[in-house]
Amino acid sequence: MIEVRWHGRGGQGAVTSVEMLALAAIGEGKYAQGFPSFGPERRGAPVEAFNRVDDKRIKKRQRIYRPDVVVVLDPGLITLVNVAEGLKPEGLLILNTHKPFTEVKPHIQFDGRIALVDATAIAWAELGVPITNTTMLGALVKMTDIVKMESLSEPIEHRFGRIANKNLTAMKRAFDEVKLV
Amino acid sequence: MAEKKWPETWQEVNPGCIVFRPGSSRDYHTGTWRAERPIWDNSKCIKCGICYLFCPEGCISEDEEGYFAADLNYCKGCGICAHECWPGAIKMVGEE
Amino acid sequence: MSKRIGMEIALAAAEAAALCRPDVIAAYPITPNTHVPEHLSEIVAEGRLDAEFITVESEHSAMSACAGASGAGARAFTATSSQGLLYMAEILAIISSMRLPVVMIIGNRALSGPLSIWNDHSDIMSQRDIGWISLFAANGQETVDMTIQAFKIAEHPDVMLPTNVNLDGFQLTHVVEPMLMPDQEEVDRFLPPFKPFAALNPDDPVTLGALGLPDIYTEACKSREEVLLNSKKVILEVWKEWEEQFGRKYEPIEPYEAEDAEVLMLTMGSMGETAEMAIDELRKEGMKAGLLKLKLWRPFPFEELKEAVKGAKVLVVTDRCLSYGGAGGPVALEVRSALYEEKKRPVILNYIIGLGGRDVMVDHFMEMIRTAAKADAERPEKAYEIYGVRE
Repeated sequence: MIEVRWHGRGGQGAVTSVEMLALAAIGEGKYAQGFPSFGPERRGAPVEAFNRVDDKRIKKRQRIYRPDVVVVLDPGLITLVNVAEGLKPEGLLILNTHKPFTEVKPHIQFDGRIALVDATAIAWAELGVPITNTTMLGALVKMTDIVKMESLSEPIEHRFGRIANKNLTAMKRAFDEVKLV
Repeated sequence: MAEKKWPETWQEVNPGCIVFRPGSSRDYHTGTWRAERPIWDNSKCIKCGICYLFCPEGCISEDEEGYFAADLNYCKGCGICAHECWPGAIKMVGEE
Repeated sequence: MSKRIGMEIALAAAEAAALCRPDVIAAYPITPNTHVPEHLSEIVAEGRLDAEFITVESEHSAMSACAGASGAGARAFTATSSQGLLYMAEILAIISSMRLPVVMIIGNRALSGPLSIWNDHSDIMSQRDIGWISLFAANGQETVDMTIQAFKIAEHPDVMLPTNVNLDGFQLTHVVEPMLMPDQEEVDRFLPPFKPFAALNPDDPVTLGALGLPDIYTEACKSREEVLLNSKKVILEVWKEWEEQFGRKYEPIEPYEAEDAEVLMLTMGSMGETAEMAIDELRKEGMKAGLLKLKLWRPFPFEELKEAVKGAKVLVVTDRCLSYGGAGGPVALEVRSALYEEKKRPVILNYIIGLGGRDVMVDHFMEMIRTAAKADAERPEKAYEIYGVRE
């Protein structure tokens, strides 16, 4: 089972990310959960959302304390919250940042695998807004094989309608551009 | 068999206590509660119908000429009609 | 044919309710159940369901509208949580006394205060004695299935009682997960159209909700009690039919590794599956541990409980609610009453867990069961314990 924790700000679509990922996994015949951090969402405030993906039925309904993967949607969050909290040492941290790793490193309490992508720039270019939830899905898929890229098409088309293609393009770009440190 | 006033056993209670015979409250003659009865003096009555409107029992009705009278099967003798009748056409008189 | 879908459970509950073709939906949104009426209003607006969606100004009005609709012979549905359920309270008991088969989904949430939007069972437990049938779902699939089953149970001519389907707020309502969603043809085959035994109709008038003098009130109560107790027979029948048609089995108390278990835990609601994982771990360690998942809360399955705990030395009852000033949680109170007269009964421990959204993990369940196992032969000192409370 892979457990993923998403960090974002209220309004940036972290909950949509976990929904898209869960639907993609379920579409592949896998078992998955996607859920928010069970509380009132406040625009701009740091929020979390979670995924579990497995090949067998998932019984666990407790919160995720020891994620395998952490995805951070907003570059500013690393200075506000310890995004690596509970992250397994063999796990993976995926950050949205335009900065070189040397500038990011002081804020990160994690020695394991870290991947970087400038998702905000991609989102501005492809979507015209700094909303990185679908973009970061591309980075996650590249780094983990949690689902296949094509499995995300249907949920994203269903959710985004006429702007689905732009989101798919942004996702594909992040897939290509994300780099392991 | 005469109809029972109410079900004797729990098995006889209708589902949801539904009363299938509507208007069964008419069988209950509240007129026996009355200590005084209203008497109309039609020479003073202006046929305004305020007695009819105010009667809490809904037992006052209008006759063909437009005058009013209470159905004494149900009139409880509360006197509201007499109190409201501003031309003073209704008087409450004691029951014998 | 049923389709495997991924969906937020609250939305799936709304889809399941829509498949039952309700005539009237009257609901007022409240967290964490909001998505149920919200999605139903979309389904009606899209024209997928021909129903009257009444946007009422309060839960009291929602339940009142359901009472009127059901009394007029319509299939009525609503959904609520927490304070919303309490605001309905006045009408809840009237609906069951008038035998109106309204179906309600409750996204269970703690009662204020302190103000909490998070999950426990104190909302429904405060309305325990109102004469409704109460089912508890443990996951998304059970939520979908029980929503559909609820209409059939409620409207059965031998039952005609309102039914609520309880699903844990957030813990279930806000989780996207896979479920098998029946199609319209399947649901139509399972659920016949609603045939009220009497309905408000000017051409054939009846009186609903009449006065009950002391001469008749006791008999009216007894009649309600009998019909609720007897509804278990129908519930079991409906579950059998469901299993035959859809292949998924439902029981008042679902056992997990319980057959040879010396230590049994009992859960109700979404924590059952997490507790199963604790049982798996303890079995690996060689402990004869098992689990009972209570799905039918009212009418309470007394016979099934007695049978299920026969071989156990210790029974750990978990409650998501505290009966303030009483002897623990409402589930444990019921279990103790059920077993008191039994010659051979397990030692019973009661843990109050998961109040107002407090997370309960696999490790916690393991610790509770391990502690309870030691209570074998010696009676616990306290009737109940609030698990994990900071002192």
